[in-house]
Amino acid sequence: MSQLNSTSSEMDLDRPNIEEYLPSEAIQESNEKLHLRDLLDISPTLTEAAGAIIDDTFTRCFKSNPPEPWNWNIYLFPLWCLGVVIRYGILFPARVLILTIGWIIFLSSFIPVHFLLKRHDTWRKKIERYLVELICSFFVASWTGVVKYHGPRPSMRPKQVFVANHTSMIDFIILEQMTAFAVIMQKHPGWVGLLQSTILESVGCIWFNRTEAKDREIVARKLREHIQGVDNNPLLIFPEGTCVNNHYTVMFKKGAFELGCTVCPIAIKYNKIFVDAFWNSKKQSFTMHLLRLMTSWAVVCDVWYLEPQNLRPGETPIEFAERVRNIISVRAGLKKVPWDGYLKYFRPSPKHTERKQQSFAESLLRRMEEKGK
Amino acid sequence: MGSAPSMLTQYDIEDVQEYSYNLFSQQEIVSLYERFCQLDRNAKGFISADEFLSVPEFAVNPLSQRLLKMVDGLNFKDFVAFLSAFSSKASIQQKIELIFKVYDLDNKGKVTFNDILEVLRDLTGSFMTEKQREVYFSVVYVPFGFPLSSK
Repeated sequence: MSQLNSTSSEMDLDRPNIEEYLPSEAIQESNEKLHLRDLLDISPTLTEAAGAIIDDTFTRCFKSNPPEPWNWNIYLFPLWCLGVVIRYGILFPARVLILTIGWIIFLSSFIPVHFLLKRHDTWRKKIERYLVELICSFFVASWTGVVKYHGPRPSMRPKQVFVANHTSMIDFIILEQMTAFAVIMQKHPGWVGLLQSTILESVGCIWFNRTEAKDREIVARKLREHIQGVDNNPLLIFPEGTCVNNHYTVMFKKGAFELGCTVCPIAIKYNKIFVDAFWNSKKQSFTMHLLRLMTSWAVVCDVWYLEPQNLRPGETPIEFAERVRNIISVRAGLKKVPWDGYLKYFRPSPKHTERKQQSFAESLLRRMEEKGK
Repeated sequence: MGSAPSMLTQYDIEDVQEYSYNLFSQQEIVSLYERFCQLDRNAKGFISADEFLSVPEFAVNPLSQRLLKMVDGLNFKDFVAFLSAFSSKASIQQKIELIFKVYDLDNKGKVTFNDILEVLRDLTGSFMTEKQREVYFSVVYVPFGFPLSSK
């Protein structure tokens, strides 16, 4: 009877990180004669497929674990109820109040400055920058954000970009409160879009559209123009292209790394004990996400400003991107995953399948040739 | 994440366990249920082909289309039964049955030369010509000379 490969269907979803790229061989090489079983035994390929169905490294990146309930006890439950009362009844209104005050101050200063100081551009930009940093601080205060910044603060210089790992849109707010970055973002609908087109325009923002095919070239050009300008705010890019759950990093897009300038990595790690800051954009709107943050105890995170990196001689932009991703992942304690974040929205390109088919076909042809000798 | 795993009662777990020839432990069935709920985005009770294909590792597999025909629309019980063939405790008979079903996609009860060639086509894509595939097939198959059919 044919020998068949058997595998145990390993159910442990928390098994140690595999860190392996897809196996490129689907069949074992052997120098024996060709048997009928070699033709009929498709079990390695089937096992790979079943393995993918049971657990795969890509969906793990976007899994948000609901917090373990701890209120299952007779005395813990009332404590938890008290906590809910405090969070929703006291903290939440206080935070809404703080945020409202912040908006009032911001708008009453921003609008006049924006229109009245049209001639005095440098002054206007300076004040607007300060005001944007201010409103972001108000935002952070409204979630009781405890943010610890490590490392030297970014300085305004041309020919540099900042890259960071991406967990939620609040990454941007947390970084913005320290330095007024210009950012490249997906245009959102609703009130977020309104904010984007008015206030963020003043710090200089670039829009992209995932679904536009030609978009990449247009965006690359805009990026290049931006970093050449001396007076422009430093540019912040999230090369993952999508929100990931802060345990893993997906592959960085090389766009930020082929601009021919210094790349300054920033690592962000949230502490999940207080709240899980991952924004699962498929499950929640940004408003719901913000409300959840505002009714939690605190948002605790660490931000590390890491050493600026340059393209090394002989390094391709893709290798450069991987190197920087490694630096960020190590610093923030994240695991690397060899997938493109856009696979969340699009199917993998057929060339991955073709690569497997090619190696299988080549091994078959090789063995046929040997048999013929 | 769909419904919580606590929606499975002990009775459900035992029912599923029995249905899949007792090849999984109860903990494994609970984990499988978590995974099932994770893939089944709108909690409809089955996983659609599109949701299977959203797992990139599955979508790049050369046999994914064949497998899709077998797993599309399965409810949890059948899903577990399908996966039970991959357990290390499954019998050789069960594994061969699964492979047979992959070849005999239209359920006619036998595997024809055409079926074998089609699977070979899926596995090699455009990297082997039709002639080369037929040559390979004849080289391997001819020494045996018996037709394949269902047991």
